[in-house]
Amino acid sequence: MRFDKDLVAASATPLVLGILAEGESYGYAILKRVTELSGGRMQWTDGMLYPLLHRLERLGLVVATWGTSEAGRRRKHYALTPAGHAALAERQEQWSVVADVLQHVWRSAQQAAQPAARPAVAEGWA
Amino acid sequence: MTATGQDHDHERLEAQIDQWRSYVQRHRAISPADVDEMTDHLRDRVADLGATGLDDDEAFLVAVRRMGSLDAVSREFAREHSERLWKQLVLVPDEPARGSSPAWRELAVVLALAVGAGVAMKVALSVFDTDALLMRNAPLMTAPFLAAYFAWKRRVSWRVVAALLVPYALLAVVLNVYPYVDTGSTVVLAALHAPVVLWALVGVVYMGGRWRDQDPRMDFARFTGELVVYVTLLAIGGGVLLGLTIATLTLVGVDVEPAMEDWVFPFAVPGAVVVGAWLVEAKQDVVENIAPVLTRVFTPLTTVMLLVTLVVLLGAGGLADVERQLLILMDAILVLVLCLLLYSVSARDSLARPGWFDGLQLVLVAAALAVDAVALTAMLTRIAEFGLSPNKVAALGLNLLLLVHLARSGLLLLGFLRERRPFGALVRWQTRFLPVYAVWAAFVVVAFGPIFGFV
Repeated sequence: MRFDKDLVAASATPLVLGILAEGESYGYAILKRVTELSGGRMQWTDGMLYPLLHRLERLGLVVATWGTSEAGRRRKHYALTPAGHAALAERQEQWSVVADVLQHVWRSAQQAAQPAARPAVAEGWA
Repeated sequence: MTATGQDHDHERLEAQIDQWRSYVQRHRAISPADVDEMTDHLRDRVADLGATGLDDDEAFLVAVRRMGSLDAVSREFAREHSERLWKQLVLVPDEPARGSSPAWRELAVVLALAVGAGVAMKVALSVFDTDALLMRNAPLMTAPFLAAYFAWKRRVSWRVVAALLVPYALLAVVLNVYPYVDTGSTVVLAALHAPVVLWALVGVVYMGGRWRDQDPRMDFARFTGELVVYVTLLAIGGGVLLGLTIATLTLVGVDVEPAMEDWVFPFAVPGAVVVGAWLVEAKQDVVENIAPVLTRVFTPLTTVMLLVTLVVLLGAGGLADVERQLLILMDAILVLVLCLLLYSVSARDSLARPGWFDGLQLVLVAAALAVDAVALTAMLTRIAEFGLSPNKVAALGLNLLLLVHLARSGLLLLGFLRERRPFGALVRWQTRFLPVYAVWAAFVVVAFGPIFGFV
């Protein structure tokens, strides 16, 4: 599924913060987790994750440390800071409000559309 | 697949990854650490794709594609780190030094030499009691420390060092033993020309003894220009700092002037030269050279200035009674033009086709030669009338050297613009002619005293 660029940008931060809340992780694993959580429906451009992680680091929401992978390569690990936890909680609240409102508006749109739609369909078949 | 086939495949993948890395590294906003991080990611992705049955080539292509447009990624990084678009000069690494890293050792050497140069200057101040003596000996006291830095840095052989000590000692003897008349002009000329000889000796050390090669000579010319820029910057910064300190201390009634004269200047001035040399060495390929940038700005301005001068000189009519200082002034103008030419030549890509800037340079050189021809005629008539003096001969000699240097440069530049000659010919002419100035300066120092009777 293709997502609107702005929507990806808006949802990326809470998603990454959420994944890091599960525990320390690194770039590739974060992306794999996104794919896993969305059942493959959400796929980011891989490279774009890194500037985002830098931004979160600069804002003090995550801290990065260099470690080594199982293969012995240098690998940068990211972990959530207390400020990151707080930011995640705040984002969570905001997003649940947005999701809530969207749910309502979808439902009422459907209800509004159904009575109006029926005669049109009937007419079309008549 | 056979084992060797797999090895071959693996090598191919490594080569592809290396190529990709070097491509990513070209984006200035993406730091080496980021490249490492992204390479690790790429390898993970390739391995995962390989596990699903793709071969290395396919896996690599898909992984690179999934990484997305590097330009877009680089833009995002740039938004995050705008400072990365400015090249940063790292003098000593930030990372905790394991033992003594080479950069720290070099800093220690540089600081020791800077302090040494300061001590030498302080000693000179107390030993040489007259201004004339001090003026002759101050460069002699500083040059060895600068040379020592390059001798250490380039691991110059003892043979070269020993070979250079001979002319250095000769120079020191000539400057201090000749029976100069204190108020005479030969002593001033010797003091003015000795630094040029010393600079050539420093140059030989800078080039690691390879002074016969043309390329190191050009490197030394570049180094000289950058050193002038850096020492000027250090002087301005130091001046502001000292000014503020003096102003503050004067307010509370402490007179710091004696301390300034006795301690700060003797240490700051030679120290700035040594530290400046270190900065230029350290920055070399990291920061763009400034001298050629300045030539871009000043070449058009100088051309305008010269054309105005030419018109004024020609309009003035009776050139026979122009000021005595004219010849010296002309030398200054020609030196300026020569520096503009030398530094734009030093930075130009030899293979690039002739462009408008080369044409502008030819105009500059032609204007300088025209101005010089007018002034020279005037001076020669004056010399014919009033005879020779050490000052006039020194100025005239330098003028002739500059004239030859510039005239041939102009010819070669013209040949290059008409696509008859390669640009390399102009570059070689510059480097070949530079030692002539050192020889002339040595001649002035050594021979002018005896010739003119030390007056």
